[in-house]
Amino acid sequence: MLDPIFILEAVVNGILLGGILALLALGLNLIFGVIDIVWIAYVDLVTLCMYGVYFLVSLYGWPLWLAGLAGIGIGALLGVLVHLLIITPILASPPINQLLATGGLLFFIQSAATLLWSTDHRSLRVSLPTLEVGGIFISFTRLLAFGLAILAMVALYLFLTRTYTGTAIRAVSQDREAIALMGARPQRLYLVTSAVGGAMAGVAGALLIIQYAVHPYFGGAFGPLTFMICVLGGLGNMVGAFAAAFIMAQVISVGGVLVSTEMGYVIAFVIFIVLMFVRPGGIFARRA
Amino acid sequence: MSGARLLGLAGLVALALVPLLPLGPAQEYIWHVIIQIFLWSFVGNAWSLMGRFGLVSLGHGAFLGMGAYATVLLWNFYGMTPWAGAGLAILITVAFALVVAYPCSRFQVVGHYFGLVTLAVGEVIRLLIVAERDWTGGSLGVTLTTGGTASDWWTLQFADKRVFYYVGLAAWLFGLWVWWRVDRSMARSAMEAIGEDETAAASVGIRVARFKMAITALSAGLTALGGALLALYLAYANPDSLAGIGVSLRIVFAVVLGGMYALLGPFVGTALTIALSEYLRIYFGIKLIGIAETIYGLLLIVFIIFLPAGIYGSIAQAVRRRLTRPSGGLPARA
Repeated sequence: MLDPIFILEAVVNGILLGGILALLALGLNLIFGVIDIVWIAYVDLVTLCMYGVYFLVSLYGWPLWLAGLAGIGIGALLGVLVHLLIITPILASPPINQLLATGGLLFFIQSAATLLWSTDHRSLRVSLPTLEVGGIFISFTRLLAFGLAILAMVALYLFLTRTYTGTAIRAVSQDREAIALMGARPQRLYLVTSAVGGAMAGVAGALLIIQYAVHPYFGGAFGPLTFMICVLGGLGNMVGAFAAAFIMAQVISVGGVLVSTEMGYVIAFVIFIVLMFVRPGGIFARRA
Repeated sequence: MSGARLLGLAGLVALALVPLLPLGPAQEYIWHVIIQIFLWSFVGNAWSLMGRFGLVSLGHGAFLGMGAYATVLLWNFYGMTPWAGAGLAILITVAFALVVAYPCSRFQVVGHYFGLVTLAVGEVIRLLIVAERDWTGGSLGVTLTTGGTASDWWTLQFADKRVFYYVGLAAWLFGLWVWWRVDRSMARSAMEAIGEDETAAASVGIRVARFKMAITALSAGLTALGGALLALYLAYANPDSLAGIGVSLRIVFAVVLGGMYALLGPFVGTALTIALSEYLRIYFGIKLIGIAETIYGLLLIVFIIFLPAGIYGSIAQAVRRRLTRPSGGLPARA
């Protein structure tokens, strides 16, 4: 029988994991909701940002905070590039072609990273003390990453609700045709959205590199999970994605401790499949 | 069209004669590459049976892996000959595909959502193979334990690669025949109508669920057969090479590259991708690991943007246009 303290620890770790997953899901969901395209390669952009931060620190000796900020810039730039080079030409294509084109990008990023940087696992080894609260050990690094992730999400929320551009972006996701009639330019808003979504990938990359070692297939572990969270929360539904991220993180974390790591993911995916059948609009959708 | 038919027949005879040609010391390798092309084209063909009707599955790795693992494990643990084992593997896979397909069509899971659900299904199967490592060998894969018997029809293991060459050729032709039969059938019109607009199709009396389930069962069954043949040929199965997202995407990519709406599209795409990766592997050796996939990825993006009908598909379209509209005149009736 497992000591309940392990389960409690798994729950705490799940919450910390949930923060990162929520950040990833919000970035992807923003793009999903506004441009209506699934970036299959979204988490691979995060991988690239992780590499960016890693090399800035280890090769050029930048301080971590500065490299992290640069990582956000790298993410925004990547978002803009992906939008201009890949998404713009296929905006009017069938959804399946859009899915496949970003699937090609996934292949490209993973293999180009292997080609350039080999399959070595690279980590920055940020060693911060471990906290002990009532017998539970919590990594301070993870706690810090969690706090910063929440901060980034609050910033995104304020951007979307308090600024003119943010309001326009929310308007596009509600009605694509009407926004053009209101005098805003959807093309420019798409570009801003891609940049913001990319910047969120940069934040996630900066927060992940201090906890995990990066390797070319890093996106493979988080990628499918991130889409599933977006879909579960409801496409374009930010609050839904946020909640779904924490639910899935709990399933994986606690399931991982109770059964095995793989089974934790299996349970999470099966829950996803079943929920897709019974609540296709996401867990928080009102049934039509 | 007798010209095209003659050309096809000549190509077929040429392919049948390849193992008899003296190809020098590299002959084993050449056969190996062609066998892989046959088997993966067969799998691509099976995938395109669904893909061409808008049922873009990103989880065919699951069907492939189930076919491969069931065949290998039934032999390893129960000594069941692959003749029966592969048959059972196909039945299991079809049953599993129907379990997934029924709620998909019942709850109208289409487009993006269908892709994501099948993606999750593929991952579930891959993770289960890895998690049940006690008898599947986990991520290290599993070897077909034939006890070193060189050649026999009971275990379907042959020292001579040429036997599998003809098995692969036969499988590939069988896949083309199935594709052609579907293409000529009423089911094709029905499935195209469903792909366009499910509700409209249902309103004119097409049994949407029945057609979708049937085409899914057919596609999954053939994919499982492909998985069984690949596992038997390689005498080895691995969760990353025969299951999971990577494999699923590779199947999709080869078919899209060749053209998913054309008979020979999957073959052209598979032949090109395998030839490219083998060429790069020989040319660069182990110096530039990942270059083949890097080029694949770029090609896939470029193709989706500029040539969504694929290489063979685009050529076939252009030829058809030439044939149906002779120079300068009004469109002639073919």
